[in-house]
Amino acid sequence: MFVTSAFAQESAPAATEGETHAATGVPAEAHGTFPPFNPATYPSQLLWLAITFGLFYLFLKRVVMPRVGGIIDVRNDRITQDLDHAARLKGEADAAVAAYEQELAEAKGKANAIGQQANDAAKAEAEAARKTIEAALDQKLGEAEARISSIKANAMKEVGTIAEDTASAIVEALVGGKASKAEIAAAVKSVAG
Amino acid sequence: MAADKVDPIHQFQIHPIIPIHIGGYDLSFTNSALFMLATVAVAAAFLYLSTSSRSLVPGRLQSVSEMAYEFVGNMLRDAAGTQGMKFFPFVFSLFMFVLVANLLGLFPYFFTITSHIIVTFGLAALVIGTVVVYGFTKHGLGFLKLFVPHGVPVYLLPLVVLIEVISFVSRPVSLSVRLFANMLAGHITLKVFSGFVVSLSALGAVGVAGSVLPLAMAVALTALELLVAFLQAYVFAVLTCMYLNDALHPGH
Repeated sequence: MFVTSAFAQESAPAATEGETHAATGVPAEAHGTFPPFNPATYPSQLLWLAITFGLFYLFLKRVVMPRVGGIIDVRNDRITQDLDHAARLKGEADAAVAAYEQELAEAKGKANAIGQQANDAAKAEAEAARKTIEAALDQKLGEAEARISSIKANAMKEVGTIAEDTASAIVEALVGGKASKAEIAAAVKSVAG
Repeated sequence: MAADKVDPIHQFQIHPIIPIHIGGYDLSFTNSALFMLATVAVAAAFLYLSTSSRSLVPGRLQSVSEMAYEFVGNMLRDAAGTQGMKFFPFVFSLFMFVLVANLLGLFPYFFTITSHIIVTFGLAALVIGTVVVYGFTKHGLGFLKLFVPHGVPVYLLPLVVLIEVISFVSRPVSLSVRLFANMLAGHITLKVFSGFVVSLSALGAVGVAGSVLPLAMAVALTALELLVAFLQAYVFAVLTCMYLNDALHPGH
């Protein structure tokens, strides 16, 4: 768009320049003065600069800058929001991990307690059984000892009689007479005594 | 016409397109005015259309608009602080106007509005005018502290104040001449080297072969001018920011 107009303008004035100036009575651009230092063009350039730059300024201030600023603000808000969201999710994940670990520790503790309890119970049972058995054995031992001692006592009681019989037999065989029962008993008693 | 082709000054001529005369002043719509209009139209259309989708994830063109916006915004914030942001639309308009005017001027047959001292002076005067008007309305006579630096011995004060005043007064001149002279000199050089190509080519086969050198030079200069176009727009905007900072904080 600008190319064509500029090109047209560049090529056209060569022919029309003189006429335009003659027709409008503009102080013709003195050929020889350097164009940027030609004061005749100053009012027009200042006026159009003021108009175009003024419009540009207003357009940027009213339309473009709020829009670009808005875009950037929205993006920054979005980024902070996303970061917050991420931080919150991370917090939640951390809490879940902590809860899991706590539960795990509790379960471990409980398992240990149960194991210990079972162990203790088993030990106590074994101990009780051992005690019962020991008690029974002791009792049997006692009974046996009592029986042994009674048998022994009986045996010992019979020993005197046997000795008297033996002694009377020996006396009869050696002496050929009969010793009285009372004498033999006294003699046995004195030996056994 | 052939002579005009080689004349490096011809490109700066101003021709009326629609003659307008009011009160003895020539206010014609000229080729200069046409390109001011084109500059504004191109810059505004680009900024408007590239951001029309308002994408959260910007495309290329929207990125360019956003980069320009943030570039100028950061420049102004660095130079003049957050208080300076009330001048953001002004500085952004100036930057975009000068930049697009410089870039448009690089197209062959296009008129470069910033190669006219009155245009650059108009913009510089607008900047300094803003600084002076804002400085006095905001700080009253306190704005004059701008000319009295702190910690200067009393016997040196008249000299320092004189220097500060001269430096302040020369600001619009330096601001406008810098841009004007850069664009003018660049375009004259481009035209001269391109003219060599045309003149040499007219001399026959040897001339055509020889014209390769000025052609290469013209290509290299075009690249340089592209850089200058950006650089001068940047310099203009940066200096504007610094002058506005003076208006905001005259006590240094």
